[in-house]
Order: sequence, then structure tokens, then C-alpha cells
Amino acid sequence: MKLLAARRRHPMALVVLLLVGMLLTGGAYSLFTGNTTAKADEYSASDIEQGQKLFVSNCATCHGMNAEGSDNGPSLIGVGAAAVDFQVSTGRMPLQMHGPQGQVKPAQFSEEETAQMAGYIASLGPGPAVPDEEWLNTAEGDSAAGGGLFRTNCAMCHNVVGAGGALTRGKYAPSLSDVSEKHLYEAMQTGPQNMPIFNDANLTPEEKRDVITYVREVSETPSAGGFKLGSLGPVAEGLFIWFFGLAGVVGITLWLTARAK
Amino acid sequence: MSTTQQTQKPATAVGTVAQWTEDRTGASKAVREFGRKIFPSHWSFMLGEVALYSFIILVLTGTFLTFWFKPAMGEVIYNGPWTPLRGVTISEAYESTLEISFEVRGGLFIRQMHHWAALLFMAALSIHALRVFFTGAFRKPREINWVIGIVLSMVGLGAGFTGYSLPDDLLSGNGLRIIDGLLKSIPLIGTYISFFLFGGEFPGTDIVSRLYTLHIMILPAVLIALIGAHLMFVVIHKHTQWASPGHTQKNVVGEPVLPTFAAKGGGFFFLIFALVAFISSIFTTNAIWNYGPYDPSPVSAGTQPDWYVGWADGILRIMPGWMEFYIFGYPISLNINIAIIIMLFFWLIAMVWPWIEAWMLKDNREHHIVDRPRNNPTRTALGVAAAVWYAVMWAGASGDLVAVFFHMSLNDMIYIFRILFIVGPFIAFFLTRRICLSLQRKDRELVLHGHETGQIIRLPHGEFQERHRALTPHEAWTLTAFEAPQVLPAQPGKDGKVSGLERMRARMAKYFYEDRVHPVTKAELDAAHADHDAEVEGAHDDTAGLEK
Amino acid sequence: MTSIEHSGGQGGQLAEMNGFENPGFPEHKPRITDSNPSAERLAERQIAAWFILSMIGTIWFIVAYFLFPVGDSGPLVRIHTMAVGLGATAALTGIGVGVVLWAKNLLPDSEVVEERHDIGGTAEDQAIALEILDQAKDESGIARRSLIRNTLIAAVAIAPLPAILVFRDLGPLPGDKLFTTLWGPGVRLCKDIGMIPEENQIMPIKAADVTIGSAYHVIPENIRDSGHPLDEKAKAAVLLMRVNPSELNTDPEREDWGVDGIVAYSKVCTHVGCPVALYEHQTHHLLCPCHQSTFDVTNHCKVIFGPAKRPLPQLPIAVDDEGYLVAQSDFTEPVGPTFWEINTRETNA
Repeated sequence: MKLLAARRRHPMALVVLLLVGMLLTGGAYSLFTGNTTAKADEYSASDIEQGQKLFVSNCATCHGMNAEGSDNGPSLIGVGAAAVDFQVSTGRMPLQMHGPQGQVKPAQFSEEETAQMAGYIASLGPGPAVPDEEWLNTAEGDSAAGGGLFRTNCAMCHNVVGAGGALTRGKYAPSLSDVSEKHLYEAMQTGPQNMPIFNDANLTPEEKRDVITYVREVSETPSAGGFKLGSLGPVAEGLFIWFFGLAGVVGITLWLTARAK
Repeated sequence: MSTTQQTQKPATAVGTVAQWTEDRTGASKAVREFGRKIFPSHWSFMLGEVALYSFIILVLTGTFLTFWFKPAMGEVIYNGPWTPLRGVTISEAYESTLEISFEVRGGLFIRQMHHWAALLFMAALSIHALRVFFTGAFRKPREINWVIGIVLSMVGLGAGFTGYSLPDDLLSGNGLRIIDGLLKSIPLIGTYISFFLFGGEFPGTDIVSRLYTLHIMILPAVLIALIGAHLMFVVIHKHTQWASPGHTQKNVVGEPVLPTFAAKGGGFFFLIFALVAFISSIFTTNAIWNYGPYDPSPVSAGTQPDWYVGWADGILRIMPGWMEFYIFGYPISLNINIAIIIMLFFWLIAMVWPWIEAWMLKDNREHHIVDRPRNNPTRTALGVAAAVWYAVMWAGASGDLVAVFFHMSLNDMIYIFRILFIVGPFIAFFLTRRICLSLQRKDRELVLHGHETGQIIRLPHGEFQERHRALTPHEAWTLTAFEAPQVLPAQPGKDGKVSGLERMRARMAKYFYEDRVHPVTKAELDAAHADHDAEVEGAHDDTAGLEK
Repeated sequence: MTSIEHSGGQGGQLAEMNGFENPGFPEHKPRITDSNPSAERLAERQIAAWFILSMIGTIWFIVAYFLFPVGDSGPLVRIHTMAVGLGATAALTGIGVGVVLWAKNLLPDSEVVEERHDIGGTAEDQAIALEILDQAKDESGIARRSLIRNTLIAAVAIAPLPAILVFRDLGPLPGDKLFTTLWGPGVRLCKDIGMIPEENQIMPIKAADVTIGSAYHVIPENIRDSGHPLDEKAKAAVLLMRVNPSELNTDPEREDWGVDGIVAYSKVCTHVGCPVALYEHQTHHLLCPCHQSTFDVTNHCKVIFGPAKRPLPQLPIAVDDEGYLVAQSDFTEPVGPTFWEINTRETNA
């Protein structure tokens, strides 16, 4: 069946790949509109209590009544507020279904509820907090330094301009062009899903800011050459020349050799 | 003649120039020879020209690029307009490519034209080769030109690879690293080849200037020589043509070079140039500024070569690791070598195919009328099988991107490609052959019974029948003017015995050409007419007016 | 003149096939422009319009070339490229379409027939050619004088050898270069900072900073001491990861090669040498983005999928007095792609 499915899908796969690539190109123009929430360490006791209630009713089935983890989900003790903020506000948690990895979807909780749950998890053990505004300000960052760090630490999974890429067995590194500064920072800090953790010794907060600056700059600068074809490189370009270039060529030859009326 | 030339006084200024040239070059002979040369007009005969024109565009734009590009790997600190690289240590080759892209007016436009034209060159060359194969235009006397064409595709691949490796960006550097691995895996001499190519260890500081010499001098010179020979043979052989009414083995029908074909061909060049210019003005290609400088530690997700090298990369991805083994401690890396082996095998079979086909059918005649692909089902099926095999290898190189877009597992994609790599060509072969045979039967049906008119008539004895309109002689000729391949049983040699080779030939010919559909003969058509005399003849009479 | 014009109805020597007679050319249908003078004038004007469009395109190109500057990091270059590019497109399209329309509408459109001749020369040509060759053979005596013929062949055959030999210095012999890297006892593991100018410092890594789930991209601290840092980096690049020690299936022989779950492996794929750097910190798989070889960090980076055969070489590491991670020795096996001499000698370790 797999074989059959692949044979049926395959030629279409190429076409759609290209179309998706062109859509992404258009998407690159949409300006980024992220913002950041309240500071990490300002959780009141009532917030934490409220957060615990939300946790018990929404998360405990998988992560355990006290976030100690179960067969269905990891322990959350010590993952910090940043992890909660990232997972919940990008919609990855709660999971819609089990699969190779959690999917981005509209957030299920309000900012306030998310912060309450983050506060609850932060109260269980020390972990990374939601980042300060200071480290998200791309005006302060150095995109050249960030580019070097990005190529060394991130590009192998996310592609040199953050267009995304494949991992093993259905997992993938998502595109970064529409991810907010705060989520980029939190992802580096907490290593969601299979992403490695880049603690402050590995990438200092300044370096994380440089990386964010680089990602913002390359995804927001219009490509000098015109449409980007998804920034996917030679595969997209090859498909383009086969489908559009040769279609143009054949069209010209047909017109050229057709008799005039 | 010469005395009359002396005494002729040209009346016009143009005439004076023409006479001046004539007296010194004898151009009239060339004009007489080539001026009314005939080229058939069919869209599928124009594809080779696209490759030729792309090549001319490559030479023009490439020359422009050489005036700025610095083929050197010395390190400089970038201080140009592309902020994400400011202050980064990069090579002179990469810096000059960035300069062409961002600081030379029109530079990026021309760089993109060069790259898009290269992609188009290889694509046009490929579909031209497919056209020639599927129509049997490689047969005697054109075998040498077919071989030249295959060599052109090999050299074209080399020219493309050496070209996109020049900017010394991260993507091309990783491509070179794969080449380094490919070379090192060659038994016995691999390590030495790698050290000689790179001037020592990878990446070294020599490779860009060496590839540059190959890319701008040696490979283009070889390409120009081969293209020249290719065109010369087209002139010697004259073009093939379809089996249309009026076309025979002994003539060539079409447009004369002067003026019609020259005008169309010249206009066509400008149109292809315009197409490349249009694509290059609005679509980015090879955005080297995004890739960053080459550094042996980083790599980007989705690292792929340009499309025409993709099949080699695909083979590397599809092969399993157990294909590497050791004999007395010495490695045989078939998992890697096989990429080179398959490519050479593919090209070699393509090159010798004209002789294999002629040998199987013991066919030593000249062929100037091309086949409709369906009329040689086995050749067409083999061609499609080879194309599918190539396409599987090619698609194999993009498995990771396809997996991401279809939310499939990367590993499953590779398993699928492994299976298709083995069974894909066989499925394609049998399927294509069946389709061709069915199409041939449909043609037979059409010739024997004519067009359906959609008019139902009632015969005198009460039977209802659809009226069929007989084909015009022109239509019938187009569908019947071919010969089914003849299977010749094994023949005894001079010594009166049937040799083993001859027996093999007969077996192959039988396997490949036993299933075939014969063209309708006049006798068959007459018999069909006689059978349905009443209806067909009657129908023909009744609907004679409809033909107009 | 070898070609003849025809106006339909007849062709050259018509052949017969499968009993059918070649019906000859279909009737030639005249075009509108052939019979209608006003259509002809219209076509003429249309063609001229295309040529004028081409001129406008050329002028637009020149104007755009000066009007739109380049030299920024994207937007300006994009506008410039698009402006001059579309100008060139118009200039080329105008000429192309105009000329083709001219050919299609105004040049004669009747098909012309040219006879084909045998590719080979006439019998007379062939006889004369043979005669010339025979004469050359006789006059040169190449068949008779076997001594000078054979020595000439031998001389020509070996004459290219020097031309091959002079390429010997394209590169040095491999020697033991593929068996050594910059790693050695006490060499500190430092963060890979990419292509950053000399003045930036290379930072060594403390064991305590490598938390579980972390992945560090590592170079040796002495990377700049060598004459060719990139060549050395191409062999010495290492990926450093910390895995919960209970998840590691450590080979008893390599018991002390890691530090409390911190392990270091060569980043150079054993397939064809791409950097294997896609570390999944939950599955502990390392994936090569080029050809999808997958290595299992918990089992000494054995290959679990893809085209690679050999596991990634492990770098034995320890902690020095100041808490920094150091190599215990060089790699114990060659890094990178397989090569013929791979088992012929030991590494420096």
C-alpha cells in the first residue's frame, strides 16, 4: 500500500512542493508581529494556585498529577516557565494526538492562563524563565555574529535561512520565519521535543539575541534576486526550470512551428 | 567564370560589398550550399536548439562574470552591503561573488541568467535526447551524433558542477566535500586522486582556481568542439522527418534556411534569451549570500546539488550501508562507488543502444523517417523504464524535502525509493509496452473502420449502426506508414553453424519484438471495405460532404 | 539548386508502404495575409510594433541601469535586478516575436523539398580516395619500412608521459595525514564559533556547563596554531552531547571515554564526509542531512539507518584540573569517509 501511495503521490509531490515554496515566498513579506509577555519571575501565589488547577484539568493525564511524568509524557519538574510558555502559547501543548512530534496550532489558553501554568511549573523546581525583553530586542543584536552561530548550531536542522528541514522518522525542524522572538529564545533555552538545549553557557543571552537578529533579518529582507522559491535551494530551482522553464520553451516551440492562419 | 566576375560591375553599394567579400572568401559557394538547406518544422525538432541557445547565453553571461569573479581562496574580512556577513572571514571567491550580486549594476541579473541558463541547458539537452531516442532518430546514419549528444550531456554535467562549486559558499563547499568522499572511496587510487585534486587535504586552498580553469576554458572548449561536430553532422545527414504525406526516405520537406528558417531560428534565439531574462529578473536562483562562507563544520538542512547532479546524490542516499565491505582489511565502498558505476553504466548503455538495436533486428538500412513512439513499443518502453529509473534516483535526492511537505517519515521515503529503484523500471517497461500496443491497436481500428460520426443509421433489414467516415488517404498514410520490427530467427554463419551469439541475438529480438502490432496494409483495408461494403461505402458516400 | 518548391498535391519520388501509395502533400491553404492586402498591412504594423516595444525595452534598460542604484543588502538590488531584467526581457521579446511573426505571416509558407543523397560518396569518389591513400602508403613506405614505423609508434606512444608526469605536483602524497587530527592528550574542547576573525577568542567548555540534552559544536583549542585551520577543522570537528548515563550502553573498553554521560563524537560522516550534526536529544539519534545516515549516540554512534557503514569515531575525553573538558588522545580510528588505506596504520592515539 505504501508503495502504491508513493507512486500515486509522487509526481504531485513535486508540483505541490513547488507551489508551497511559492506560497512561502509570499509569506515572507508578511511582517512579523510578535510581542512579549510579563516578566518571568512575577508569579503570585494565586497565579500559581490557578495554574495548578489548569494543569490538573488539562495536562495531568499525560504529565501526572504533580507533573512527575508518566508513560505518556515527560516530567515537567525543572523545565521552567520558558518551556511552558513556549509549548502552550505556540499551541503545541496540549497535544492533539500522539505523533512523531507536537504540531503548532492556535493556542488553547489565554496569555494569562499560560502565565499561570508557567508559574505553577516554575514553582516545582528551578528552570529557565520566560526571557527578558532585553534579549529579544533585535535592534541590539549583531546579525553577522548570529549568522555564524546559526550556521554552526541551527542550520543543519532548520536550513541556513530557517526554512526548516526533515529529521528522522517523521519528525522535522520547523520553519522559523514566522516564529516570534520570544519563542525563538525559549526554544533555544529549553530544547522543545528533540531540539537540543542551548543553555546560557553554550549560547549566552547575547548570542541568543544575535541568532534571533539573524533569523529576523534573513526572513524579513526581501531576496535580492526576486521570489525565493521557498529558500529551498537547488531542488526548488530544478523543479521550477522543469515545470515552468520547459513549459515556456514548449509553448514557444508550438507557437513558432504552428502555421499562421 | 572568373573572367565574367572580373568584368561584372555591381550596381549598388550592397553589391559592391558583396562582390568585395566574394572575391576574397568565395562566400557564394557557402550561400549556395546552405542558403536553401531545408529544415522540417515540428515543435519537437526545436528542443535541441533550445540547448544550443542556452549555451550561447551561458557563454555571453559567463564572460561577463569572469571580469569580476576572483578564483582565489585567500581570506578576507567581508565589509560589503550584506549585513549578515559583515565582519566574517570569507574567501576572495565568495567575496567577489557577493560583489557581483550586490554591488555591480546588473550583476545579479546576469549571474542569475547564467545559473538559470545552465539549468535550462541541461533540461533542454535532456528532453532533446529523449525526443531523439523515442523517435528512433539515433539510427543509421546518425549513431555518431547520438554518441556526441551523450558525451555532451556528460561534459555539460561537469561544466555545471565546476561552475556552481566556484563561489565557495557553504552549499557548494559541502558539495565538494561529498565529491572528496566519492573520490576517496575509489579502490587503490582514491586517496591519491583526492589529494591531487585538492592540492593536499580537503578543502585546501587550490580547488577553486583549478575548477575555474576547467569551468571557463577546458570544458567550454570541449563543449564548443562537440556542439560544432554535432551541428556539422546535422548538415551532413539532413534532418529526419515524420512519416507525413509527401515525406519519403529520399527527401526532406520543410523550410529553407534563407529566409524562413533563419528568421524563425533567429527569432527563437531571442525568445529563449527573453525567457531566461524574464525568469532571471524575478526568480532568485542560488542565493549564495544566504549560504554563508564555506566552513567544514556547519551544513544546511536540504543540502542538494543542482538538478542534473541530483541523480548521483539520490543514489548515495538510496544505497544501504551494508554495501561497504572489507577484503583483507581493504575497503570496497560499493555504497559510494555505485553512484559512479551506475552513472557510467547509464551513459554507456545509452551510447551503444543504436548498435544493440541494429544488431538485434539485423537492420543496416538508413532511417530518415522517424518513428512515432508507439510504433516501436519495446524501444519506447525501454526508454520510459530508463527515464523512470533516472527519475527515482533524481527524486531520491529530494526525499527529505518531500517528506517534510507531506508529513511523511524521511525513513519511509527512502524505503520507498529503494523499492522503486528496483521495481520502478520494470513496472514502467511493462506498462509502457502495453500502452503502446493498445495505442497501435486503436490506430488500426481507426484506419480499418474510419471515424465515428455519431450518426446512427438504420439498415434495410432493421439493424441500427453507427456511420463511420473513412479516413482520407492523407490521414491513413500518417497512421500506416511504418514497419513493425521484424524478428529474424537465428541465422547460420558462414560455416553453416548457428553461433551462440547469434542464438542470443535471436532470443533477445524475439523477447523484445515478438509482441507487435502490424500496420494496416492496403489489402487489409480493402478486405475491410469489402466486408462492410454496404455500410462503409454507403457511409462514405453519404458523408462525403462532411469532410469539407 | 537541390530544392524544389511545391504547392501541394505532389511530392518528390513518392514511396509505397504496406501497399498504400504515398498520397503526396496535402493541399496548400493560403494565409489571410497572402490574399488580403489589408491583413498584410496590419501584420506589417504589428511586427513593427513589436520592434518598437523592443526599442522601448532597451531604452528602459538603460534608464533603469542609472535610475535604480544597487549596493544594499536586498531591497535595492531586487528592484534594480527586476527593472533592468524586465527591460532586457522586453527588448529581447520584441525582436523575437517580431521576427517570428514576420516569418510566419509574410515570408513564403509553402514547404520546400530537398532531395536526400547517400551519405557515402559516389563509387568514383571512393575509388579515388582509395587510390590516394594507396599512393600515400607507397610513397611514404610506411608498410615496408617497419623499423622506422614501429620506432615512431613507440616514440609517440611514450611521448605523453612527461606531460602526465608534470602534473605530479598537483598535490602531496597522503602520507599519514588522514590518520591524524589536532586532538591529543590535554587539548581542550572549545566552542565552534564559525568563520570569525582571529581576534575573537575561542572559548573552552567546562564539563559543568554541558547539561543533559545539550549539544555543543566543538573544535580543538589549538585550531589556529596550524597553517591550515580549515583543513584541520575538516577533520577535527566534534559534536559534544550529554546523555543521562543510564541511557548509554557503554562498551566496557570505552568506560572512561566520557565524563558522566558527556560524550564526544566526530562530526564528519563516515559515508562521504558531510557534517553529521542533527542531534535529536530525546531519541539520541544523529542524522546526516546530506544522505540521511543515522547514528545512535547511546550505542557508540553505530549506524542504524542509511548509507554509512562505520560508526562515528569517538573522541575520548576527560576533565582537567580547572574543570574544562580535554581530549585524552587523538581519535583511535581515522575520521571521515572510508578510504583505501584506512586499516593500514594506527592513528596517533
